Amino acid sequence: MHAEPELFHYTLGLADDALVLGQRLCEWCSNAPFLEEDLALANVALDFMGRARMLYSHAATLEGAGRDEDALAYLRDCREYRNLLIMELPRGDFAFSTARQFLVDAFNLPFLEDLCRSRDPELAGIAGKALKESRYHYRRSRDWVLRLGDGTAESHRRLQRAFDEIWGYTHELFRAGEAEQRLVAAGFAPDRPALRARWEALVVPVLAEATLRRPEDAWSVDGGREGTHTEHLGHLLSELQFMQRAYPGLQW
Amino acid sequence: MNDSNASPEELLRRFQARIDAEQRIEPKDWMPEAYRRTLVRQISQHAHSEVIGMQPEGNWILRAPSLRRKAVLLAKVQDEGGHGLYLYSATETLGVSREELVEALHEGRAKYASIFNYPTLTWADIGAIGWLVDGAAIVNQISLQRTSYGPYARGMVRICKEESFHQRQGYEVILTLARGSAEQKAMAQDALDRWWWPSLMMFGPHDAESAHSAQSMTWKIKRQSNDELRQKFVDQTVPQAEFAGLVIPDPQLLWNAERGHYDFGPIDWEEFNRVVAGNGMCNRDRIAHHRRAHEEGEWVREAVRAHEERKRERAAQDAA
Ligand SMILES: [Fe+2]
Ligand SMILES: [Fe+2]
Repeated sequence: MHAEPELFHYTLGLADDALVLGQRLCEWCSNAPFLEEDLALANVALDFMGRARMLYSHAATLEGAGRDEDALAYLRDCREYRNLLIMELPRGDFAFSTARQFLVDAFNLPFLEDLCRSRDPELAGIAGKALKESRYHYRRSRDWVLRLGDGTAESHRRLQRAFDEIWGYTHELFRAGEAEQRLVAAGFAPDRPALRARWEALVVPVLAEATLRRPEDAWSVDGGREGTHTEHLGHLLSELQFMQRAYPGLQW
Repeated sequence: MNDSNASPEELLRRFQARIDAEQRIEPKDWMPEAYRRTLVRQISQHAHSEVIGMQPEGNWILRAPSLRRKAVLLAKVQDEGGHGLYLYSATETLGVSREELVEALHEGRAKYASIFNYPTLTWADIGAIGWLVDGAAIVNQISLQRTSYGPYARGMVRICKEESFHQRQGYEVILTLARGSAEQKAMAQDALDRWWWPSLMMFGPHDAESAHSAQSMTWKIKRQSNDELRQKFVDQTVPQAEFAGLVIPDPQLLWNAERGHYDFGPIDWEEFNRVVAGNGMCNRDRIAHHRRAHEEGEWVREAVRAHEERKRERAAQDAA
């Protein structure tokens, strides 16, 4: 099996996930509820940016077409972006960003643990580094879920509403298209559907401890991996890519 | 020694003797009330400047032109927030809480560096801020590493290391633009044109007109005068502009071999006073932004307090 084109698209999707979530986290800069939290959010954003850069560089190598990390990040439009929808949703209030971050961090732990065993040593190496960060991210976002869930009536209400609004976007974390399934079979990629039980074990008890209700699995939206996005992504990209689009082909 | 029987005159004499002997004043030491007030004013103004300064630079994080520049800029803005934190802690050693200082900022009673009332309109402004504004800040802060109040001096040592990193990164952005396309070079020149004079104003009024300077020099809160520091900044920055092939917007700028310094033209203090008085492009935006973030965060801070309270109650119950 010649894995390179499929591995390229797979890696690109992971890079898009990291960049798009990182960009959303950057939006908190100078907007956090207090200064210490502003700095902490910037740390997490920097971790995702670092991850995105490593993954884009690796994707560029796999593609071998002369594109670099910036060409991949700045010169693809909405339909070519492959991130999962949960990453692109607007930052919302602090409760929404907390709920999203917690659910994604809880997913990243089992996902990255398995990706550490990828047959692609480069991906395995990136996963190893990212896993250390994600352990810390998960502890942090879990603490916030506990504080806000078991805080005031208002914080509880806001956080519950956030989980209710975002829950339907979590199902996409556990789906894999045919190409990805071939990479799973060949030992390159973690098996997403099989990660759900480990994710739930990191999520459900924390919701209970935070006196929150586990939202119903009544609805789900997907399409990110196929380039079908919410209307929010185009605006995120127009800001992200402004300089490269307005002044093409220059070094900065 | 804090001899409680000593007369106020004697305490003041001993205080000044320690300063004259280059000894550091520490939080628990006796100090004149006016010394304490001057420090609170200066350090809190410095802290607010770091924090408000996050806004003009934060304005370009989402639009940074490459992933590397984005990460460097985000880390830089994060450093500035960290500087704000150290400095707020330094004011806490003088008995003033961060909450009080933030309230004063929101009510317009506290100042911050007026340069942050100018807008960042292009990517080149990010380079110009790092190069010129951080550059000017370092000149000032290196001198403050020897300030007489211990916690402030130690804070400066820590901060200076990061500022010089920022200055180099900013200059590197400008240099890249200056060596790029005609459009990029014009962008860099335009940024220099807009940021040069406000950077010179950062050092404050001329020594003769400076309201607080003389006393601050005696107390060694300030170690060098505004004009000395400004001259130092000009002398180190002119060759950098020349190396980049950019023109400093001052027709009177000229090397003076006799003085061993650059002569430069008059500063437009009317412009400075106009901006300080609230007529800058961004004065209201900066405060409104800070106030909005603070207000939007109120429910979060309340939740943190409530959660801590509940944890304490539970721990007390478990202990009983
Ligand atoms: Fe700073
Ligand atoms: Fe700085």
